Amino acid sequence: MMKSKADEEDYWNSSKFKAFTFDDEDDEFSRLKESKQAVNSIRRLVEEDEDEDDVEKVSWSGEPVGSISWSVNETAASNQRTDREPAFPKITTDTATISKSHSGYSLSSLFKGKTKGGNFPTFTDSLSDSSVRLYAPELRKPKSEYKDYVSDWSPEETVQRMQQGKVVSLEKFRSLQDKLLLLDYAVCAHDGNVITAVLIYLKRTLSKEVLFRELESRQTALRHFISYLTETRAQRLLLELLRALDRTEDVALLQYKEHLSIIDENKRRDFLKSCLSLPFSPEDTAHIQDHYTLLERQIIIEATDRQAERGGKVEIFQKFPRRASILNMPLITTLYYCCFYHYSDAEGTYSSPLNVRQTFKISEKQYFVTALAARAKLKAWSDVDALFTSRNWLGFTRKKSPLGFQRVVDILQKNSAPTQVLQDYVALVDDAELRITLAQKHKCHDIVINTYRDLKDRQQLLGYRGKVERGSAEERKIEELLNNQQIRWKN
Amino acid sequence: MAAHLSYGRVNLNILREAARKELREFLDKCAGSKAIVWDEYLTGPFGLIAQYSLLKEHEVEKMFTLKSGRLPAADVKNIIFFVRPRLELMDIIAENVFSEDKMHSSRDFHILFVPRRSMLCEQRLKEQGVLASFVNIDEYILDLIPYDGDLLSMEYESAFRECYLENDQTSLYHTAKGLMTLQALYGTIPQIYGKGDCARHVANMMLRMKREFAGSQNQILPVFDTLLLLDRNVDLLTPLATQLTYEGLIDEIYGITNGYVKLPPEKFAQKKQGEASKDLPTESKKLQLNSAEELYAEIRDKNFNAVGAALSKKAKIISAAFEERHNAKTVGEIKQFVSQLPHMQAARSSLANHTSVAELIKDITTSEAFFDNLTVEQEFMTGVDTDKVNTYIEDCIAQKDPLIKILRLVCMQSVCNNGFKQKVFDYYKREILQTYGYEHILTLNNLEKAGLLKPQMSSRNNYPTIRKTLKLWMEDANEQNPNDISYVYSGYAPLSIRLTQVLARPGWRSIEEVLKMLPGPHFEERQQLPAGLHKKRQQGENRTTLVFFLGGVSYAEIAALRFLSQMEDSGMEYIIATTKLLNGTTWIKSLMDRPEAQTS
Repeated sequence: MMKSKADEEDYWNSSKFKAFTFDDEDDEFSRLKESKQAVNSIRRLVEEDEDEDDVEKVSWSGEPVGSISWSVNETAASNQRTDREPAFPKITTDTATISKSHSGYSLSSLFKGKTKGGNFPTFTDSLSDSSVRLYAPELRKPKSEYKDYVSDWSPEETVQRMQQGKVVSLEKFRSLQDKLLLLDYAVCAHDGNVITAVLIYLKRTLSKEVLFRELESRQTALRHFISYLTETRAQRLLLELLRALDRTEDVALLQYKEHLSIIDENKRRDFLKSCLSLPFSPEDTAHIQDHYTLLERQIIIEATDRQAERGGKVEIFQKFPRRASILNMPLITTLYYCCFYHYSDAEGTYSSPLNVRQTFKISEKQYFVTALAARAKLKAWSDVDALFTSRNWLGFTRKKSPLGFQRVVDILQKNSAPTQVLQDYVALVDDAELRITLAQKHKCHDIVINTYRDLKDRQQLLGYRGKVERGSAEERKIEELLNNQQIRWKN
Repeated sequence: MAAHLSYGRVNLNILREAARKELREFLDKCAGSKAIVWDEYLTGPFGLIAQYSLLKEHEVEKMFTLKSGRLPAADVKNIIFFVRPRLELMDIIAENVFSEDKMHSSRDFHILFVPRRSMLCEQRLKEQGVLASFVNIDEYILDLIPYDGDLLSMEYESAFRECYLENDQTSLYHTAKGLMTLQALYGTIPQIYGKGDCARHVANMMLRMKREFAGSQNQILPVFDTLLLLDRNVDLLTPLATQLTYEGLIDEIYGITNGYVKLPPEKFAQKKQGEASKDLPTESKKLQLNSAEELYAEIRDKNFNAVGAALSKKAKIISAAFEERHNAKTVGEIKQFVSQLPHMQAARSSLANHTSVAELIKDITTSEAFFDNLTVEQEFMTGVDTDKVNTYIEDCIAQKDPLIKILRLVCMQSVCNNGFKQKVFDYYKREILQTYGYEHILTLNNLEKAGLLKPQMSSRNNYPTIRKTLKLWMEDANEQNPNDISYVYSGYAPLSIRLTQVLARPGWRSIEEVLKMLPGPHFEERQQLPAGLHKKRQQGENRTTLVFFLGGVSYAEIAALRFLSQMEDSGMEYIIATTKLLNGTTWIKSLMDRPEAQTS
């Protein structure tokens, strides 16, 4: 609502913009109250017999009584404690909750094998064991029937049988040609499950070079293969494949991604350093470089500050103990930290805010907002003031800001700046209307009064008199103005 | 419990009944008493198909959630695992089975894979040495789940990511399968239209599958006249915009899952009057949302600004109905009043709930932050200054607003500008990485691959042309008494729904130029019907179109289609199907790289 554009008014009134405004529909929502009252007045009448037959029964947790998820909790609970009231089930706390983020039956989710302790047997291991066939027992048949099932299906029939979940043996496809034929039929069937099964067989029986070469001309199969390698975390083979395909940027990103699973900060830093030589796009290279530089710095700052904090000699750490380590925090968070704890460090040091700003080319606005918030938090109002002060060539000081003063007020207010501080900045808001709104909100009476005086708006000033405290200095000031014969009021 | 599924133009209860029948058949296959061990994720979707009572009738005595360790004790003959085909679940099952064997017992084990069995999972069980312990391994094909009388969803969360990021078309295969099931129940759909690569792909698979079944003719009189397949990437803009319908806002703010929403409990606190309300509930309030609730059906698709009026109207009607009791003098009249009480009570509690929900939402929609955000969205959609760095976005980043909010806005700007100038693109990228962490370079890369974020190629920006031709921005959207679909976004008419609307009348030929600007091919196919199954249409009878959104659909789009169905002169009724019900936030989240890594 408060854009600083001067033509704001025209913009809303004349143009096609239809804001989602509630102002003129205010009575719409006062009707909510109406309906609420109605509901309340009826309640007493009917409260005796809640939950009639027609009303679906719902337990407090909101599950309809009798629904499956309710019953799971319920029957499980009754299993543990025999006599439980059926109406208020408690959800049993799971020891091992299953991730719910994926809905399940996709190619990728087929492979969500959990690595416990890192020794996850991949399919490479598992399929190269004695088992020679993909085994899918069929229903409604005794087990004996599919033992040693040998047959002579064509590639097409084999794929069809696999789709139907029947037993097949892939071992008989020996020649490269047969194997590729099988793959092509699987791809034609579009069944990811089957395609992947065939790919696993090919992976086991073909050399990498041949497999990669053949996949290159079979894009669908290739994608499934990449997906399969990703999900089984066969990182090394995947990187090899992408390199063979000349997908260098993907290789770089994939490798870079690995840093997320490195916990030790020094190892992570070294890993990031090794990423610098990867074939990223030029823009990305700069970001990766920054990432590395940042972590390197964080490690140094963290070590120094932890020691300083433990030593108990540095006042700021005593007064405002650090809540978390700075390691792996984003750049702007780091800048905030430096503005908070190291504001006056010499510009040559790693922890100096100005140094951080320069090294990472932080935009003026970002720097300003961050420094402002940090210094305001510490109630270092002189630092805040200094941020805005610039001298022109005549030596006069004036206040300048890369962001609107209304935002400045906002940030200061969020850091609980006192009214005396706030009003200095409210006064700098250009737009009179906006200035009054802000001043009223933050109780900067002087500004409101002065602005009305400047606008020669007697009516508003009269109105405002009712809002200030009786007998206060503000009230006297208003009285004086109202009685001042010199002012030519516009109303 | 599911009567609302049969009120619509197409009786979707048939689909539900078919699913229930299959479930019963499977349960009966395992003779004797049973316990079901649930993959917790499945209980939500299954709840839409069956209640516990159905399972109980088939001797299901206990139900547990799947977790590692030993199975809880239960004196039953059969243990049935209901699971998605995922490898880590197989490991847990194996653990369960192992610890069982050690403890004597002769219980039979079964697995029901939902929605498809997977050879790889069976392979995994074999490696773990437990495959032979299972008497039954079966699949329960649950592709399209009926959510409401006119709505089907596969709830396949990663479909968009898989199709457009990973180029994995498995979800499309399931879509085609689901559509074949649908045709088996509701007859062959004679006309298929589509727009987009995935749409083309699904249509091809359907036609091929039909050829494979060539032997058996489908003898059911077709219920659907037309199928329209739409790729989500034909319209990337719509889900990014904040939905402004009642249901859309509930989803944006609180998230609807499997037809339920969890709400902060405070506004629902007072249970009974007179009772001391000292202990406020701390558990969130869960509400079921579907058209079975009369009031909800009435207001769900309204613009939120029209909801207050609708609620107060309803309040008056209910109050008046309760006042009737004073007029009831004779025994007969009193009896009649009493007989209506249950219905009136339901209406009363429904009104109470939605009044509270509306209040919760209103607190948010009237906030300055919401207003500012919406203003910027509308600027982008109308093409104002989309080629410059936006100050509001800049401020939001400086305030460290949630990353997803930033990404939604930046993507929206990019889509409306057909990509950014390199300088603008680099600026946003740097600001985001500096503020939220460099690792998000992976997410930005994903968004770029999906086409949501891109540097401008030399080609010109088509969006203004598309906007004008399809009338995507309506200056005088009427929120109270809408006359156009643009009311669902208070001015913006969703592109996807405009395409649907134009297809019905006057036809896509009128917008060839625009269709060419949008990605992927557009096409039309016909499926032959056996003689005698051609519908003889009564005069004035509406046609029925099934619109399938590949990659997801938002509640506001659904509202817009319902609006079209209800328009008197539209002559068309729409049934909606999708891979996933989504909103901008869940959608972007599905494209992020390890969103969970954010917190660590």
